Amino acid sequence: MQFMLLFSRQGKLRLQKWYVAHPDKLKKKITRELITTILARKPKMCSFLEWKDVKIVYKRYASLYFCCAIEQDANELLTLEIIHRYVELLDKYFGSVCELDIIFNFEKAYFILDELLLGGEIQETSKKNVLKAIAAQDLLQEVSYGDTPVEL
Amino acid sequence: MNSSDHGFNPAFNMAAIKQVFNEAVERVRMPTPMRLRDLIRQIRAARTATEEREVINKECAYIRSTFREEDSAWRCRNVAKLLYIHMLGYPAHFGQLECLKLIASPRFTDKRIGYLGAMLLLDERQDVHLLITNCLKNDLNSSTQFVVGLALCTLGAIASPEMSRDLAAEVERLMKSPNAYIRKKAALCAYRIVLKVPELMEIFLPATRSLLSEKNHGVLITGVTLITEMCEHSPDTLQHFKKNFSVVLGKGKKSSFKECSQEEIVPNLVRILKNLILAGYSPEHDVSGVSDPFLQVKILRLLRILGRNDAEASEAMNDILAQVATNTETSKNVGNTILYETVLSIMDIKSESGLRVLAVNILGRFLLNNDKNIRYVALNTLLKTVHLDTSAVQRHRTTILECLKDPDVSIRRRALELSFALINSNNVRIMMKELLLFLERSDPEFKAQCSSSIVLAAERYAPNKRWHLDTLLRVLIAAGNYVRDDVVSSTIQLISESVAEQGYVAAQLWRALEQDTCDRQPLTQVATWSIGEYGDTLLYGDVSVGDDPSDIVKVTEEEILDVYQRLLWSPQNSVVTKQYTLLSLTKLSTRFRTNVERIRQMVQQFGSHLHIELQQRGVEFTQLFNSHAHLRPALLERMPPMEVVRRDNGAQQQAQHSAVNGVLDIADVNTDESAINNDSNALLVLLGGSEGVIDTEADQANAKPPASIPSSTDNQDLMDLLGNLDIGSTAPVAVNNMNMNNNVHSTNNNNPLLLDPLGSLGSLSTPTQPLSALTSINPSSDTNCIVAYEKNGLRIMFTLEHGDSPTSISITMAAYNETSMPISEFLFQVAVPKTFQLQMMSPSGTTISSSGSVTQVLRIQNPNKGALRMRMRISYNSGGANVQDQAELNHFPTDWYQ
Repeated sequence: MQFMLLFSRQGKLRLQKWYVAHPDKLKKKITRELITTILARKPKMCSFLEWKDVKIVYKRYASLYFCCAIEQDANELLTLEIIHRYVELLDKYFGSVCELDIIFNFEKAYFILDELLLGGEIQETSKKNVLKAIAAQDLLQEVSYGDTPVEL
Repeated sequence: MNSSDHGFNPAFNMAAIKQVFNEAVERVRMPTPMRLRDLIRQIRAARTATEEREVINKECAYIRSTFREEDSAWRCRNVAKLLYIHMLGYPAHFGQLECLKLIASPRFTDKRIGYLGAMLLLDERQDVHLLITNCLKNDLNSSTQFVVGLALCTLGAIASPEMSRDLAAEVERLMKSPNAYIRKKAALCAYRIVLKVPELMEIFLPATRSLLSEKNHGVLITGVTLITEMCEHSPDTLQHFKKNFSVVLGKGKKSSFKECSQEEIVPNLVRILKNLILAGYSPEHDVSGVSDPFLQVKILRLLRILGRNDAEASEAMNDILAQVATNTETSKNVGNTILYETVLSIMDIKSESGLRVLAVNILGRFLLNNDKNIRYVALNTLLKTVHLDTSAVQRHRTTILECLKDPDVSIRRRALELSFALINSNNVRIMMKELLLFLERSDPEFKAQCSSSIVLAAERYAPNKRWHLDTLLRVLIAAGNYVRDDVVSSTIQLISESVAEQGYVAAQLWRALEQDTCDRQPLTQVATWSIGEYGDTLLYGDVSVGDDPSDIVKVTEEEILDVYQRLLWSPQNSVVTKQYTLLSLTKLSTRFRTNVERIRQMVQQFGSHLHIELQQRGVEFTQLFNSHAHLRPALLERMPPMEVVRRDNGAQQQAQHSAVNGVLDIADVNTDESAINNDSNALLVLLGGSEGVIDTEADQANAKPPASIPSSTDNQDLMDLLGNLDIGSTAPVAVNNMNMNNNVHSTNNNNPLLLDPLGSLGSLSTPTQPLSALTSINPSSDTNCIVAYEKNGLRIMFTLEHGDSPTSISITMAAYNETSMPISEFLFQVAVPKTFQLQMMSPSGTTISSSGSVTQVLRIQNPNKGALRMRMRISYNSGGANVQDQAELNHFPTDWYQ
């Protein structure tokens, strides 16, 4: 996977994870173009889009679009499953997740993604293990230094 | 908090006490910064973009000041806020170093945010990498698994080649860690490192082998991913894994490597896969009744690579592939995901034929699936397999053609490619019918590619000439201006060689030409070419169109000339089209029985045309009606049938193009060597001689002619020859100016045939007038034409004409390259105020040879009759340098919009 973007129905970026090195300017350009292209597609169309030299796989969950760019020979259907797994994890962690949870706790959304994928490849197929690792790290934040957990 | 409280706790060392103390001091000194969620609330409360920017600018200024004052207690909060601001698209690079400071902090919250920031704000291009490499090295040695985890995750996301080299040894060590959480992350890090620096693969090999003997799915899947990457990119490693795998598993013996060569890694993977399928319900790895689809797909993929071109390995996996293909539950996406991967593997390895039939049938079922995603995947996969088993795919032809009508562009694109792959001589008629229908209705983005593909397929499978010609004509009609140039030339070539069909084609094209064809320039070009060549058949040959013999095209010379008049003066037609038309018109003068005088007048009008190419032709062709009238029939004879020279002669054509040095664009049509005819060769010699004469004359006057005369020995056909007439014409003008007229005329008497053209050209004064009009445009006297842009040897002229309605204006943009270097990638863009509507037709080209030109038609609707203004953006490449420029154009003559 080359990158993953989360954006809202209104076209606002909610999360971006890049596994390829691009200058900031190019990242912004890609993001902008993709958001416009995907938002223009009708709901009944398929979830795949051939775009430049990558394949875009996207899916809408409520008000949020989850969008991944994968290599030409990657399994598109599996990417949909990865997106779904990520949504399930967010759901479990936040307790029926909504867009606001991801806005106000964007760092948590990144942390969860980083326990599911690493370098753009799936690293853990057990939901339980991902959530266990996140919970343990959250706890470590609380107790790590004396009595002063830092609230962000 | 009180630092003395901790004095009794031996777990806290001096450094920790110091930090807690410092933080307490800082907290007193600095006010507590705004919380992240409060900032987000504030930003979301902003009603306008300006308001939002104000909030953000204020906070950024504050964050910068805390960074300057080294406020370490709240650094993580401030960086977190900065990351949110960064996501909104604001610059945040000033937080890069702060991220590194956070990573260096012993506090876990700091590290977590610091690494997150590093992944977001740095990528492999940053110079701070040396610093972060050191941080990573420290943390990779941490005793806390989550700190190691964060470091590995960051390395996996932003590893540069240098970082990969520096940290590969650490990663290799961690791949052997007893902790599965670290092992799986290290395996993926190794995957990224191998991707970046393939030669580092070797150091990971021993540790990689043991990953497959794991029970933990995380380690298994990352191990399979790593092995897949290694095998895919290095044939040596692929062999290594096939041969040496046994050693690690402890089952093979060194002496029996040969025998068990493919028997170790493949059976191992097969066993893992079998266990997955047969395992009972395991809630941890289950996705809608399918056991760990992620792992299954990865294993199927690795099996594919191992079985490719390897009969033995393929044999070992046949059974399990069959099992997966038949037993997977397909009511949900997840089951189809696995089937899809299985089909790909079956098709790629040397599988049994029965298994292949099974795979194609699965794809057939996919094609009928209600889920669009599954249909897309089916089309995609059929395209990959069509060359292996065409007949199996042919069975689904109707369904595939049906997908051409799908509203979803992704599906249409796949279906189109697949349709072209399915064409053969048996189904070409029915397939082409559908594809032509598709071409008519398709979006512009498809038209160019689709029409070229149709032409190729028609060439390959055409059942007969008539059908082939009909197909090409329909392409020209359906794809309009999106047709590529190759279609024009191949159509003309086909017409030229189909001697028996020429009358029929000319009649068909005449029917098309009678309608308005300005949005079908390529069609117009082919039509005028054909009518020019075979106009006599059309007029006096009584050819029937279609199967009905009574359907005869009756056309008079006057009707043809009326249409030509429209074509020649319509601003919507490109210059190239007009060049075709003008040549065709001249040719018609020898095919027509009457009306030659009218043709002469029409041609002569071009002698003073504003466009230099057309003017040149106007002047040249006029000569064929005056003093050279006796040459006309021979010169304008019908072209002999062109030899069939297909794609492979592209290079040769290229060479010929450069030889004629862009004298005439129409040379495209005529470059075939077979087109040389003896008459023109004879004339060529004459002209060669005439140049010599001019030279002598000029020498006599002690003045060289201003135009250098290129050698004409390369010229091979009629058009080049005419081009030379023009080059000759500049010289006599100069001679004329030097009062050498008499001399020229006196020589004329010696050789009337040779020098007649020079005499008449020399006394011609008309060609110089429009030329001077071009160089010094005076808007008041010639409001029709304005210079829109002139810089660096690029001149852009606008020729204004009224459109169909009083509020519409049609502008023909002509860009002239006055430099000695060709201009490529020429792009001309225009913006007009909102009250106008602008429509830009496609340009005649993007490359302008030296002293050549391209044109583009712009149509502007001006319903409010407002003052016409426009902004132009011009970009091109000249001599390897990219040039971009903008210009404003306000000096349109007022009578054009009032």
